[in-house]
Amino acid sequence: MKKMLLVAVALMLTIGLAACGSSKENGTNNTGTNEGAQTNNSQGGGGNSGGKELSGSILAVGSTALQPLVDQVSKKFMEENAKVNILVQGGGSGTGLTQVSDGQAQIGNSDIFAEEKFTDDDAPKAKELVDHQVAVVAMATVVNKDITVDSLTKDQLVQIFTGKVTNWKEVGGPDEKITIVNRPASSGTRKTFEKYALGTKTEDLQGAIQEDSSGTVKKLVTETPGAIGYLAFSYLDDSVKTMKYDGVEAKEETVIDGSYPVWAYQHMYTKGEPDAAMKAFLDYMVSDSVQNADVVELGYIPVNKMQVTRDVEGNVTKK
Amino acid sequence: MDQWAVKQDGNKPNLIRKPSKQHIREEWVGRVYTALCILFLIVTIIAIVYFVASRGLSTFIKNGVSIGDLLTGLKWAPEGEPALFGALPFIFGSFSTSLLAALIAAPLGCCAAIFMTQIMPGAGRRYMQPVIELLAGIPSVVYGFVGLSVIVPMLRNIFPGQGIGLAAGALVLSVMILPTITTIATDALAALPSGLKEGSFALGATRWQTIYRIVLPTTLPALLTGVVLGMSRAFGEALAVQMVIGNAPHIPRSLFESTSTLTSVITLSMGNTITGSAHNNALWSLALILLAMTFIFVFIVRFLERRNKR
Amino acid sequence: MSAKTANRVATAVIVLVAAFIVLLLAGLLGYIIFRGLGHISLDFLTSAPETIKAGGGIGPQLFNSLFLLVLTLIITIPLGLGAGIYMSQYAKPGRLTDSIRLVVEVLSSFPSIVVGLFGLLVIVNLFGFGFSLFSGALALTVFNLPLMVRITEQALAGVPREQKEASLALGLSRWKTITSVMMPISMPAIVTGTILASGRVFGEAAALLFTAGMSSPRLDFTDWNPLSPFSPLNPFRPAETLAVHIWKVNSEGLAPDAAEIAAGASAVLVIMVLLFNFTARWFGRVLYRKFTATK
Repeated sequence: MKKMLLVAVALMLTIGLAACGSSKENGTNNTGTNEGAQTNNSQGGGGNSGGKELSGSILAVGSTALQPLVDQVSKKFMEENAKVNILVQGGGSGTGLTQVSDGQAQIGNSDIFAEEKFTDDDAPKAKELVDHQVAVVAMATVVNKDITVDSLTKDQLVQIFTGKVTNWKEVGGPDEKITIVNRPASSGTRKTFEKYALGTKTEDLQGAIQEDSSGTVKKLVTETPGAIGYLAFSYLDDSVKTMKYDGVEAKEETVIDGSYPVWAYQHMYTKGEPDAAMKAFLDYMVSDSVQNADVVELGYIPVNKMQVTRDVEGNVTKK
Repeated sequence: MDQWAVKQDGNKPNLIRKPSKQHIREEWVGRVYTALCILFLIVTIIAIVYFVASRGLSTFIKNGVSIGDLLTGLKWAPEGEPALFGALPFIFGSFSTSLLAALIAAPLGCCAAIFMTQIMPGAGRRYMQPVIELLAGIPSVVYGFVGLSVIVPMLRNIFPGQGIGLAAGALVLSVMILPTITTIATDALAALPSGLKEGSFALGATRWQTIYRIVLPTTLPALLTGVVLGMSRAFGEALAVQMVIGNAPHIPRSLFESTSTLTSVITLSMGNTITGSAHNNALWSLALILLAMTFIFVFIVRFLERRNKR
Repeated sequence: MSAKTANRVATAVIVLVAAFIVLLLAGLLGYIIFRGLGHISLDFLTSAPETIKAGGGIGPQLFNSLFLLVLTLIITIPLGLGAGIYMSQYAKPGRLTDSIRLVVEVLSSFPSIVVGLFGLLVIVNLFGFGFSLFSGALALTVFNLPLMVRITEQALAGVPREQKEASLALGLSRWKTITSVMMPISMPAIVTGTILASGRVFGEAAALLFTAGMSSPRLDFTDWNPLSPFSPLNPFRPAETLAVHIWKVNSEGLAPDAAEIAAGASAVLVIMVLLFNFTARWFGRVLYRKFTATK
C-alpha cells in the first residue's frame, strides 16, 4: 500500500515539478533572449570569443509551405550559433499568425499578408506585426497528362474554376470532363491563385475536390483523367503537365521579371521589432548564402532576385 | 461487486473489533486516491465540453449566425461576401458516410460473430479473434493511405466519377468499424444461455433456423449496440476520411461525388484560420456538433443496453 | 427450399464472409508490409528524415512515438487504475455512479479530432505547454484513460469472490485486499489490456497534429539530460510521431522518395502494432501461468 502511495505521490510531484520547470524555462527564454544578447555583448568586449555570441530560444510556427525552408535554415543557423535554439512547427498560417500575435511563438510563418488574415475586428492585430519577406513561392496550373492543351488564358481559367466550362473540348482539348482539384477556401495557396491568376474569388463547386496538401493534390491530378489543379513550383515534375498562363511559361525567370503573375511572398512575422537573436536569424534567412543555396534548392524563388515588388493590395512596381 | 460494497458498510468485521489505526489510514488512502482519479475524469470531460462550447457558441453570440441557419443552411462560404455558414452538407456527409459504413460492416461483423460462436467456436476463437483485433489495431492514417492508393483508383475504374467521394469514405470507414461491431456481437452471442440453443436443437431445428429464429432475435439489442458504437466511431474519424472523401462543401448528387464530413472540414481548415475569426468560430461550432453527437450516440447505446437487460 | 438446404446455404455464406474478412486483413497487411518492406533497413530506422534529398529515415519519429507512449502510460496507469478500482470496488450503485459511468463512456467515444482541438486550445495555448510531447501525452491520456478504467474494472470483476472474502475475513483492510490480493490476480488481464490499448495510442495522429506538433527539433542522442532542449528525453520539446510523419510525408513530402518513405513508415507502424498484439498475448499467458501456477 505504502509503495503504491509513494509511487503515486512521486509521480504527481514529478509531473507537477516538471510542469513548473517548463513554464519557468519558457518564461526565462522569452525574456532571456534580450539579456543573453546583452551579457554576451559585454563578453564580446572582453574579446574572449571573438565577436558576440547570440543566445535565446525562438519558436517559429505556421505555414506548412514555408516549414521545410525555415527548418533547414534554422539547423544551419544553430550550427553556427550553438546557444540559439530554434524550434520550427507547422500548423498552418492561421495558427502561426494567432500564436505570434498572442505571444506564444516568436515568429509566425505565413504564406499570405497578415492583413489578409486579420480582418474586421482583428485588423489592429495585424498592425502590431512586423513583416519579414524571406522568399517567393510561385504557383503553376497543372493538369492530368492526358490533356493536350498547353496554355490557358485568364478567362479560360476563370470559366473552368467557376464551373462555366466543364469539358476540355470547350477550351480546345479532348472531349473529357474537367475535374477540379481545388484547395479549401481558407488556404493561402488558393487565395494567391484566385487573386493573381483568376482575379476573382470563386465559389466551391459541386463535385470539385478540395485538398489542403500539395502532395495529395499532385497525386490526384496525376491519377484522375481530366483533372486540373495548381501547385507550387517545388512540387512540379513529370507526373503532371504544367500549363502556360496567358502564353507565359511558368518558370523562375518569368516570375523574376514580373511577366508571370501567380506568386506570393513567404512571410515571417514578429510581434514588434525582433530582438538580437531573432534579427540575426531573420537576416541570415535573407543573406545570399541562404537565398542562393537553400531557397533555390527547396524550390522557392529568392526574394532579393525579384525585379518587381508587390504590396498588400497587389500593386506591382518595378524595382 | 456492488452488493459487496453495500454489505461492507458498517456491519461486517468492523462490529466485532475496533479497526486499527493503520486500517483506517489505509482505507482513507484508498478512498481518497481513487476518488481523486475519478475527479480527474470528471474535470476532464467538463473542461472539454466547456471549452469547445465556449468557442462553438460564439458563432451564434459574437458573429450573429442563427443556429437554424447553421444546421439547415446549404451553402458554406465562410470567406465569402457575405460569409455564409450552412453546415447541412457536412452533417449530411457525416451521417451518410457513417450510416453507409455501418450498413456494409454490420452484416459482415454479424456473420463473423456467428462464425466465431456458433459454427466453428474453436477455430473461430483461435484465428478470427486475432484477425479482428489486428484490424482494430491498424492506425487510421494507414487506412487513409491504403484508401487513397487502392480503393480510390479501384472505384475510379469501375464506376463513373473521380473515385474519390462518399462511397470511398464509407468503404474505408466500414473496414475501420468492423472490429467494433464484430467484438460486441461476439460477446453478445457468446453470452447467450446455451439452454436456449439446445432447446431449439432438441426440437429438431437446423443450425440456421436456430440462429435465425432464436439467437439473432434475442441478441438483437446487443447487436444494435455494436452497430451504433461503430457508427459513432465512424462519425468521429477524421484523417482517413478526409484523404478519400474529396471535401467539397456540397451534398453529393451520387455516391461517387466529392463531399465533406464535419471532421474533414475541421482538419482541412482549422490550421489556416485565425483564432477568434468568424471562420474559426464556425469550425468550433462544427466540433460542438460532433461533441453533441457523441452524447447522443452514448445515450442510444444506453437505451439499447437497458432494453437488452429487460 | 427445405430447412436443410437453407441451413447449408446460410452456413456456406457465413463461412465465406468469415474467410473474406480474414483475406481482407491478410490483403491489407500484405499490401502495407510488402510495399514498405523493401524500404526498411537499419539505416532507415535510425537516420533522420531529409527534406528534399532522398534517403531520409524515420529514427527520431520512431523514438518519439515510443517515448510518447511511455509518457502517456506514466500518466494514464496510476489514474486509470485508481479510477477503475473506484468504479469496481468503491462506487455504490446509484445515480452518481451511473453518471460517472456515463462520463467514462462519453470520454471513450470522443472523436479524436475534438480532443486534439481541446488540447490545442487548453493544453498548448492556455496552459502554455506549447507543441510538446507533454501536451501530446495529456491529449492521449484523454483517450487512454477510459480504456484503462474499463480494463481495470473488468479485470477486478474477474477475481473470484472467495479470494476477496477470504482476505477480508483475515482482517485485512479493503484497500489492502485490493492492492495485495485482487490486483495480482487481475494483473494478467490488466497488462494485456494495457498493451493492446498502447497499440492504438501508437497509431493516433489526428489529436497529435494539434498537440505534439509536426516537426522534431535536432536531437542530440548523446545528451540524456531531460532538461536540455536538445535532449531526446526532454518532455517539453515538440515531437513528430511516426503516424504524424506518415501524414506529413503523404501530404507535403518534397523528397523524391516520399512515397517510399510513407510506405516504409506505414509498414513499420503496422509491424509495431503487430508486435504489441503478440507481446500482449504472450505476456498475458506468461503472467497467467505465473499467478495461477498452472503448467
